[in-house]
Formats: sequence, C-alpha cells, structure tokens
Amino acid sequence: MGVMESSIKTSEAPLSRDDLARLVARDIAPGSFVNLGIGQPTLVSNYLTEDQDITLHTENGMLGMGPEAKGDEIDEDLINAGKIPVTELPGASYFHHADSFAMMRGGHLDICVLGAFQVSVTGDLANWHTGAPGAIPAVGGAMDLATGAKDVFVMMTLLTREGASKIVESCTYPLTGVGCVTRVYTDKAVFLTGPGGITVRETFGCTLEELQELVPVPLKAAAAA
Amino acid sequence: MLNFVESVQEAVSGIKDGSTVMIGGFGNAGQPFELIDALLDCGAKDLTVVNNNAGQGDQGLALLIKEGRVRKMICSFPRQSDSWHFDAKYKAGQIELELVPQGNLAERIRAAGAGIGGFFTPTGYGTMLAEGKETRIIDGRGQVFETPIHADVALIKALKADGKGNLVYRKTARNFGPIMAAAAKHTIVQVSEIVPTGALDPENVVTPGIYVNTVVRVPAAAGNTAGSTTGTEEKVA
Repeated sequence: MGVMESSIKTSEAPLSRDDLARLVARDIAPGSFVNLGIGQPTLVSNYLTEDQDITLHTENGMLGMGPEAKGDEIDEDLINAGKIPVTELPGASYFHHADSFAMMRGGHLDICVLGAFQVSVTGDLANWHTGAPGAIPAVGGAMDLATGAKDVFVMMTLLTREGASKIVESCTYPLTGVGCVTRVYTDKAVFLTGPGGITVRETFGCTLEELQELVPVPLKAAAAA
Repeated sequence: MLNFVESVQEAVSGIKDGSTVMIGGFGNAGQPFELIDALLDCGAKDLTVVNNNAGQGDQGLALLIKEGRVRKMICSFPRQSDSWHFDAKYKAGQIELELVPQGNLAERIRAAGAGIGGFFTPTGYGTMLAEGKETRIIDGRGQVFETPIHADVALIKALKADGKGNLVYRKTARNFGPIMAAAAKHTIVQVSEIVPTGALDPENVVTPGIYVNTVVRVPAAAGNTAGSTTGTEEKVA
C-alpha cells in the first residue's frame, strides 16, 4: 500500500540542536525510565517537563538524577556518566555498577538516547570507535546501552562535516550493536529503523525527494501512526 | 580475617609484584587515591589493574601507569581528555589493554565474586569486542560468552566501616566497590569513618564484612582534596 507524500510533516528549516532535543523530549512517554548518553543527548533533559514524570538513569549507579550541579551543590561523590557533577531528585536511588547494568541489560529501561557516527537501515549502530589506525579504543557503556534499552533513539546531524550521510546501507565504522536502533532524530528528518528497513516519519526544511538526494539508501514515508 | 590498620602504607604492604589489582572508582568518585598513592610508594610492579578507566590527570592510577608499574589494564574507557599517561604508554606499546564494555566489566567482576564460571550476554554481540569468543543464540538473541575477572587484591573506598567490616558508601561513589570487594581474594578499604559495631543499621549495610579484609581510616578532608578536576569522556557525533 503506497503512502502519500502528504503524510510527512515538513518544517520550514532544519532543526537546531535544541529544537531536536525538544522534539526527542516530547516523544518520550510519561513515566518512562530513560538514559541520556553523553554529548548531544544530554540536552534532552532541558526539555523534559514535570508532567512527564521521567526518571533519569545514569549507568554509574543512580536513578532519579537531577540537573547539573552548580556552585555549592557540587559534590565529588555525585556525578553522571560523563563525570559531570549532578544533583539528586526526591525519590532517587543508588546502586552498584553490576546492578546498574543489570537493569539496563534486563530490559527495564524504556529508552536510551545516544549519539552516533553511523546508523544502518536495519538499525545497526556505530558510535564508539572510528577504527582509525593508532586510535585508542574506548567503549564505556555504549554497547550495553545499545543492547539493553527497549527503545534506542539516536540523535545526530544527518550529514558529516564532509557532507556524507550518516544513515547508511551498512556501517563502515566498527559496530556498537546489531539491529538495536529504533529511531534516528536528525536535523533534517526523523527516521524509523528496524528489521523491515528504514522509513521517514517527518522532514525538516526539505521534502522527502530532497532528503533522498542526501541519503544513499531508498527512503519511503512511514505509515501514519 | 579482618584487620584494622593505622596507615595506608601498612594496608598495601602485602601487595606483590605481578598481582591483579582491582581499583574502585568511576572518575574521581569512589577512587581510593590514598591507597593508590601507597601502592605507588610500595614499589609493586608488573601489575594487572582492573578499573573502569585508565587514570586521569597526574594523580592516582595515572601515576601508577606513568611509573611503569602497570603491565596490563582491564577497563572500559581508557581514552579521556586527561588520560595522557595511559595514552603515551599505549602508543609506545608499553602497556597491554583489554577493553571490556562497561556492563560486561561489572558483570564479570560480579561473577568472580559469586563463583560463576561465566555467562552469556547480548552486549557486544556482532562487534569487534566479541571476536574470538563463543557465541550462542538464546531466546532469539545473539549472545557472547564472558568469563569472570578475579583479582588478588581490591582497593576500594567507602564512607564508613563498622567493627565487623560492614560498609556503607556515599552516592555514586559506590560504583564498583561492592562487586570488587567480593571478587578479590584480599579486599582493602579506605573509609572516612570507623564506627562501633552495631552503629550501622543492618538493613542499610551495602557490603557485608565477609568481603572485607583490611580497613584503614583516611579522614574525609584528606580524601576530598585528591583532585577536583572532572575529566569528560569524549563526545560522540
């Protein structure tokens, strides 16, 4: 069954990093347990509302993480996975590292939001290592997050600085996880990925045809939710 | 056998060349800086060190690496903005690296303490970190066989110990402490405070004293001066 082009929303311009963070925040279901990766995904926390009642997990052993600590709030014993001092919210809990990753691996986290170098049409993720000769590999919790959460959202720019699409047929960088990504939020479009391939939920500042010119895999509009 | 000792030097004096040493902490939170400094002073070398990172700045584990005492690092995230001592040794081919996804690192440590011979996990399946490892499809998911990580010694930091060696921690400084305490043959703990037996609520004990061998008090003021910098892991995309 063909899907009409008109089912795709199109904004006037590509989204800024903050607009994208606002969109991801809006898409997180109320009451969710969420892990926000280091870097751009951290911005999402700025746009979560109290009504959403989201509980943030940090893999170094805490649920109920609050905003970044400022001034007198800074406590060296209270940091996030990016080693930034944070605060605790009422109802927070602490646990050791094995428990923290067990709750992730065990499928108890609803969503994690990660950055990426590349995502394939079947949801393979590459975000930890460029594979460049001489690069010191460092993986942290990336592979655990990618395989553990029920939904894995990626936030990234669609194109590299050189203009290459980060949505690819198959990843050329070393993989973080196989078939793990469910959605990709970019400045130019939101993509849905899965075993059935890739579809486009909405575009920003371009039409689906214009988007197709940038992305080297066949795109079609997602069925309206 | 539980010992309370007067100094960090005494606490680490039994650590031999060639030992595998687990060191608690994630970033600076929970890092037993004074015990690491004492390990540096005691001269033990040819060590295998298990820690989430591979040292930051010019303190603690970073200095142990700089001084060439560490033969091998088992960790998840060696490369940071201020991991220059590890970076230099690695690029010079003077240190071995076993890179382990953080959750697998934690579970392998936990497995050692729990007497588990290994486990299958989806983490890492289909990636270069699973190359050469046994895999199975379990419940429709590819999984990788991972083995326990044992240690001769664990150096960890807790907030308080009582006379039985029961421990409580503080906030995210707990991180690897409880699982490393269980995984090592000999666990050495630095605490800010030693309280009388009975002063800790048994409901709130996090690490039971059965896992603890040596306790040394390092007053919190000293413990907190060890580095106020926060390294930032490299951002992705």
